[in-house]
Amino acid sequence: MEIVFFIAALTSVFAVILICLFLFVNGIPAMAEIGVFKFLLGKTWAPTDIPPAFGILPMILGSLYITAGAILIGVSVGLFTAVFLARFCPRKIYQWFKPFIEVLAGVPSVVYGFFGLVVLVPFVRNVFGGSGSSIFTASLLLGVMILPTIIGVVEASIRAVPPQYYEGALALGATHERSVFFAELPAASSGVVAGVVLGIGRAIGETMAVILVAGNQARIPTGLFQGARTLTSGIVLEMGYAAELHRGALIATGVVLFVFILMINFTFSYFKRRAFS
Amino acid sequence: MNMNFRLKFKSYRKHPFSLFLFLLVYAAAFVTLATIVFMVGYIFIKGIPHITPSLFATKYTSENVSLLPSVFNTLIMVFGALLIAVPLGIFSAVYLVEYARRGNRLVGIIRLTSETLSGIPSIVYGLFGMLFFVTALHLGYSLLAGIFTIALMILPLMMRTTEEALKMVPDTYREGSFGLGAGKLRTVVSVILPVAIPGILAGVILSIGRIVGETAALIYTAGTVADFPKDIFSSGRTLSVHMYALSKEGLHTDQAYATAVVLLFLVLMINAASNALAKKVRKNDGK
Repeated sequence: MEIVFFIAALTSVFAVILICLFLFVNGIPAMAEIGVFKFLLGKTWAPTDIPPAFGILPMILGSLYITAGAILIGVSVGLFTAVFLARFCPRKIYQWFKPFIEVLAGVPSVVYGFFGLVVLVPFVRNVFGGSGSSIFTASLLLGVMILPTIIGVVEASIRAVPPQYYEGALALGATHERSVFFAELPAASSGVVAGVVLGIGRAIGETMAVILVAGNQARIPTGLFQGARTLTSGIVLEMGYAAELHRGALIATGVVLFVFILMINFTFSYFKRRAFS
Repeated sequence: MNMNFRLKFKSYRKHPFSLFLFLLVYAAAFVTLATIVFMVGYIFIKGIPHITPSLFATKYTSENVSLLPSVFNTLIMVFGALLIAVPLGIFSAVYLVEYARRGNRLVGIIRLTSETLSGIPSIVYGLFGMLFFVTALHLGYSLLAGIFTIALMILPLMMRTTEEALKMVPDTYREGSFGLGAGKLRTVVSVILPVAIPGILAGVILSIGRIVGETAALIYTAGTVADFPKDIFSSGRTLSVHMYALSKEGLHTDQAYATAVVLLFLVLMINAASNALAKKVRKNDGK
């Protein structure tokens, strides 16, 4: 029977190998045909033009800008909320606050997207002008979406700091706030970084919410309130009708995304190991 | 309490920066809470009035945009994916926790790959599913292709939750069982797994929530046909994909609100059930 359990355990190894294999085998030839630099650094994405242009720089920048914005919002709010949950929140309030955060984590991304579409997009349109579907809108929505991720990791890492740090700071005359922020939080910095990195991974991989609020224009974004397309949304938008090299280029986009995610995951594991060991 | 607060306030006058930090922390917590309440409240308040009988019509038309077929597809998807991922996940976890020897290098690799799997975004699963199950295995856009794709996606979750549940079983159970002369397999099947079932179940319910909420991995594997499927080889959209289609076309806003309510309600109930179960496990553990 041990052999059955063993084979089952190998499934995840096979799955990763298969995923890598199929993505790379289908994506790399297209990338080579277009030219790696032309593909990664090309400024125009016009797959239906004659001759077509397959530059994904607009999408890479779109993903980066939207993720950066989301991190800015998600980390600033998430970090302080995590501190609240770990060190400020009375036990009684904690018991019902925590389930609310779990609600946030459970909301499906398409529902986030819908909410963004009917609430945030009109809001941004009315306040800041333009169409409302923009980098700013997507960042705002993604910032909320990654909150539970960041809060979870950061809260756990603050709780993992030995109590002596806090007590020592208090004993030296620091206030509660100073002890938490300047003794405990620096000690938990690996965990904070791990939370941020995990948040980046979530934000860069998010698809359905972004597609509904970001505008999806495949051009290099020049302003906060302009629409942008991300790597993920580019794939979903065009895969339905793409053929031949266009299809290959979309799969290659998936490869680029996959490589990004792998790098982010390894960074996350590195910091997680440092924070909790 | 009052006294306490006054004392605290006094100390804040001496330490304005601490007061600033204090306010920042509370403001952030308030923003987080307000966002959740506003979002969920908004969708429910706007959506509940639009839940009409025609939304649950047994025949889908582009007029009534009935969600019944997609709910049915979602059920098939959940059932199929669990059928694959639950045994695989449990078996893997049993191997990792009960069988693998300490310092086994393979265990490290398995852990690394399952961590990698859990970090891969759903759209990449969708791409892989399209390339492998839909194209290479010639399944076409079908519920089956969707089931396989999503089973892979929840596998790491099942593995992790089962591992945690197994680790929570005290070693005394194992020693007692061995002491009575039971073999490894018997110990696992009739002593350890029964004790770990609530924890495993919490993982299963969590997986159901993930499947119900998933969209990006399904669009190009299970496809977007809005009707009841003929069999498992025909395409069908789940409730989330249906929700996406409604938001994207923007023609049926009222129905989209109502669908969002149904979807949100389902997912929140599922997650609440999982949390309640997990809490119960922890409580039993404390006794």
